[in-house]
Amino acid sequence: MSSSATPTIRLQNVQKNTLQRKLYFFGALALLLVAASFFSEQLCPYDPYMQDMSLTKAAPSAEHLLGTDRYGRDMFSRVIAGSKTSIFSTLLLVSFITLFGSFIGIVCAWMGRKTDTVLMRLSDMFLAFPGLVFALAVAAVLGGGVHNAIFALAAISWPKYARLARSQTLALQAAPFMQAAKMAGSSTFKLIYKHVIPNISGPILVTAVLDIGTMMMELAGLSFLGLGAKPPIPEWGSMMSDTRNLLPTQPWVTLAPGFAIFFSVMIFNLLGDTVRDYLDPKRR
Amino acid sequence: MNYAFKRLIQLIPILFGITFLSFLLMYLAGSDAVTEMYSNRGVEVAQEIIDERKAALGLNLSFGEQYLNWLWAMLHGDMGASFVTGENVLTAFLRKLPATLMLTGLSIVLTVLISLPCGILAAVRHDRSVDLILRFGSFMGNAMPNFFVAMLLMEFLGIQLGLLPVISSGTDLESALLPTMTLAIAMSAKYMRQVRSAVLEELGKDYVLGARARGISDSVILWKNVMKAAMLTIMTLLALSIGSLLGGTAIVESIFMWDGVGKLAVDAINMRDYPVIQAYVMWMAIIYVLVNLVADLLYHELDPRIRLGVNSK
Repeated sequence: MSSSATPTIRLQNVQKNTLQRKLYFFGALALLLVAASFFSEQLCPYDPYMQDMSLTKAAPSAEHLLGTDRYGRDMFSRVIAGSKTSIFSTLLLVSFITLFGSFIGIVCAWMGRKTDTVLMRLSDMFLAFPGLVFALAVAAVLGGGVHNAIFALAAISWPKYARLARSQTLALQAAPFMQAAKMAGSSTFKLIYKHVIPNISGPILVTAVLDIGTMMMELAGLSFLGLGAKPPIPEWGSMMSDTRNLLPTQPWVTLAPGFAIFFSVMIFNLLGDTVRDYLDPKRR
Repeated sequence: MNYAFKRLIQLIPILFGITFLSFLLMYLAGSDAVTEMYSNRGVEVAQEIIDERKAALGLNLSFGEQYLNWLWAMLHGDMGASFVTGENVLTAFLRKLPATLMLTGLSIVLTVLISLPCGILAAVRHDRSVDLILRFGSFMGNAMPNFFVAMLLMEFLGIQLGLLPVISSGTDLESALLPTMTLAIAMSAKYMRQVRSAVLEELGKDYVLGARARGISDSVILWKNVMKAAMLTIMTLLALSIGSLLGGTAIVESIFMWDGVGKLAVDAINMRDYPVIQAYVMWMAIIYVLVNLVADLLYHELDPRIRLGVNSK
């Protein structure tokens, strides 16, 4: 019997190794992207704000890889510089909603009773608004600006994390090891810090990484409508909206930031899918 | 019937929540709403007139009183007048709503036409080349924001090939094609994945193996058994995705100049026309909640396991 079991074990090892390799690869790719956006100022061949009126609406060339916009600004530099606003704001947003939402969720599960009811009804209220609709209104009330757009999106996205953390924590509370830890005299803080957080962080992490792409697109969408980053700050969404009347004559100027969003979202989505598969015990 | 009643009761606090949040938002914005209104009309007025106007609008009352007054007026169909045009907000909203509903409806039809066959095909040809190609396509679609899809379609279908009008000339079918395609592409990318996994899950069940063992042909199993069971999940997921569609119309409508409520809202945001934004947010949420309710009720009505109260796996 033992000889027939061997191939199964080997097969599992192979799959885990491929997954691990995929995880490292996409993780490195995502890190590279973040690093590139961090050092974007050093990477730009030209100053993204520098206007050169003698060279407006130039076609792509060796000097200007993506041509120039109607103020003669180098599009390649602007796309690179835009990564800072787009990627950093998104990461900030996702980390904020993950921490805040999970905190609320754990509090709900732990306190139970009234706190739970009130906070969960509150999250129901937010979930009743479809997609971007509520974010549009929040951004409208606050006025434009990257910070307000982040706040607007945070307002609509935290309930998802709160619900996830709440259900995970509730499921944990019934587990025998939690009962044992409680009987051994662990304080609430220790129970949450040592037992709850490590056990619920997996699913929350997967949701968060998969959310990066969506949030990046929604943030760019708000900027596209003029509710996020304001020109001349280079941001991919607002750059597309800013240059959209150049589409018939210089499509590369309008489409370049779009491709930047597309590739960044794709990298983060690939990373998210891989993290999900990697943490899924069924797949391992 | 009992279940439907229970769901309707549950709806009441949610509807209150929606009205409350919509009111709260504009309350926070509205401290200067009167000043804003006059400046939008391009007139400069004395502080006394502003104060008088505020008192007339009840803006000096407490928050609770203001909310109840607003709610009362709202229930009588009065959501205030637009700061810019002075038109009744509800009338303006209802006038633009059919165009948005038409766009949403067309997008749903197109989405179903694309993703249902593709999703089923991908599930049946699981892990074969067709499946991989379709999955790749849906993956690409998922990484594209809808304004980017809109620009690409404008560039290639509108400008390069000159097949379709880039900017809507009205709300006719020809102008609707590009915005519909934009919305349907983004939605299909998500929905195809869901259809695929729903069908795949049904295909993996024991009864499929049993039917196959008894020599029933694959197509009979797929269309008569698997699809019947998977359809429930597929319908529910479709209803749920209407939410993101309703939110997405705002961007797409303003790109293609489609004269619906989304464009109305974006224009209102640029003009800081708060009553219009408020009406938009509130009604979109109410429509969304009602669509979800109908989907949920349908699900309960159609699923024999739930309808008859049988707890089977």
